[in-house]
Amino acid sequence: MKKRTFVAVSVALLLLCALPLFLPRFYVYVASIVLLTGLLATSLNLAIGYGGIYQFHHTVFYGVGAYGTALMLTRAGAPAPVAMIAGPLAAAALSLVMGLICVRLSKLYFGMLQISLGSLVWVVVYRWYSFTGGDDGIHGVPLPDPLASAAGAYYCTLAVTVLCLFALRRIAGSPFGKTLQGVRDNPVRSEAIGVDVTLHRLVALVIAGFFGGVAGSLFIVVDGSAFPDMMFWTYSLEVLIMCLLGGMYTFWGPFVGSSTLVLLRVFVSVYTQYWGLILGTILSLVIIFLPDGLLGFLVRRFRGREADGA
Amino acid sequence: MEFLSHLFSSGTLSQLLVGLSRTTILFIVSSGLSLILGVLRIPNVAHGSLYMIGAFLAYSVIQLFGGGVPAYAAALVLAPLGVAVLGFVLERGFFSYLYEREHLMLLLLTFSFALIIGDLVKIVWGTEYRSVTLPGAFQGSAEILGLPLPYYNLFLLLVGPVIAVFLWLVINRTRMGKIARAAAIDREMVSAVGINVGWVFAFTFVLGCFLAGLGGALIAPMTNISLGMDHSLIIEAFLIVIMGGLGNVWGALLGSLVFGVTQSLGILVWPKFGIVFPYLAVVAVLVFRPKGLLSSTW
Repeated sequence: MKKRTFVAVSVALLLLCALPLFLPRFYVYVASIVLLTGLLATSLNLAIGYGGIYQFHHTVFYGVGAYGTALMLTRAGAPAPVAMIAGPLAAAALSLVMGLICVRLSKLYFGMLQISLGSLVWVVVYRWYSFTGGDDGIHGVPLPDPLASAAGAYYCTLAVTVLCLFALRRIAGSPFGKTLQGVRDNPVRSEAIGVDVTLHRLVALVIAGFFGGVAGSLFIVVDGSAFPDMMFWTYSLEVLIMCLLGGMYTFWGPFVGSSTLVLLRVFVSVYTQYWGLILGTILSLVIIFLPDGLLGFLVRRFRGREADGA
Repeated sequence: MEFLSHLFSSGTLSQLLVGLSRTTILFIVSSGLSLILGVLRIPNVAHGSLYMIGAFLAYSVIQLFGGGVPAYAAALVLAPLGVAVLGFVLERGFFSYLYEREHLMLLLLTFSFALIIGDLVKIVWGTEYRSVTLPGAFQGSAEILGLPLPYYNLFLLLVGPVIAVFLWLVINRTRMGKIARAAAIDREMVSAVGINVGWVFAFTFVLGCFLAGLGGALIAPMTNISLGMDHSLIIEAFLIVIMGGLGNVWGALLGSLVFGVTQSLGILVWPKFGIVFPYLAVVAVLVFRPKGLLSSTW
């Protein structure tokens, strides 16, 4: 890590740690949601930005992570750390199963089959009143003392998110991540030089599913509830929009995009109920004028084209 | 074997017939989606929104003409036409510039239109549920093999084949249909022989939108017309199109039959979770035939 980057990261972390000291409770909650949604979008980007895999229904893993954690806490009475690991593991397992079914299909078929499998999971969660609470969801998940306050939940979210982003950054920069980008750009040539394309895609999907699940279990820590809308397909497309808005071919783009959208939504909904109109307009403008997203556009503008995929 | 006794009860046939009349609507909407996918290569998420507009327009037209059979007939013509006009504006105004983009971008662009249209509908028609009463002539039931089937469902069962024949004629017997089929396979070649592909695309998109609007107008008397009716439908329509084979209109027909039948029988077999059967059918089809039941133009 360069010295300048190190200083910048330290200052940013210090600022983030100090947030609960001067922000009111509601904004501490919003900041936690910003962090975990950023993790969700970044995890999706490993599949779609780095892997070129059309993961259209990523929030299934977010939802399963959340439900897994919530159910472990409410039904099994497991301690919080165990529950917070069980949720993401369930998401990773589901991701493996869905990946095995979908992975040999071509792009759009992959995305569509993935949406249908995800909708299947959604339907089950939505209808299974006795287990998942059906369309009411699960509310008031009991959390241990340090996590029960807004600030405690925030610090937990911050720590986990930073760790996970660091891990994802390492994965994206590792030989595996580089090979994955090769698979994205030219699967046929990758296969020809001996890369197991299917295996790389599958591993990318499982990792993306796992970190999506972590984001879901953080949502339980922050909000104490899980509901089926978390895994409805429209929310998946919203997360895709976050990736696109920030820039899919950069590592931090999805985080920038998701922070922008989450904050925008919080402030816009004070003034109007027509969030869809605003989101749709922003999205269509970005697609038409900035296909690389905000960060992608800036990177290209200031660093030139060789910075692609960095 | 409790579920078997559910399956072979006397209600099965009428449930199946009611299910099939809903299938008609699924077929009409998904065939439009399939046309747009096959020829223009746009995964049009806004298709469900166009269907929703069709339903709301039908409601407004019926309110305007004060009910009765003529008002209903007018709604069946005017609502799809209105949606077709909107489709023309969307195609010429936006999509015609964006055909070369990645599918992901097109999908997200149509999703942004879906979001915008959803809120515009909220602004124009408000958030309450609307409902349309059937004209007197349609109320009551016919008897089929000793089982009652509402006249309106019977009407839908007749409309389905009519639309299928109409589409077959347009696609196979008109010059436009032939050009569209050729453009679906190789659009460069079609434009190289001097055909203005832009208008073929506009025509196809408008036809697809007309079908979405017609689906919406037809379902108006059967359901609560509400915001959100687009979200549940579009996933079903996409699944049908994928199951049948992307861009294949007959695949859409077959897919909607499979989807509709598994849906109506699934609810009989397992009332609580019957809704999962159509999804399972799609997964099963794609696992064994990754390109869908019938061949795909992709």
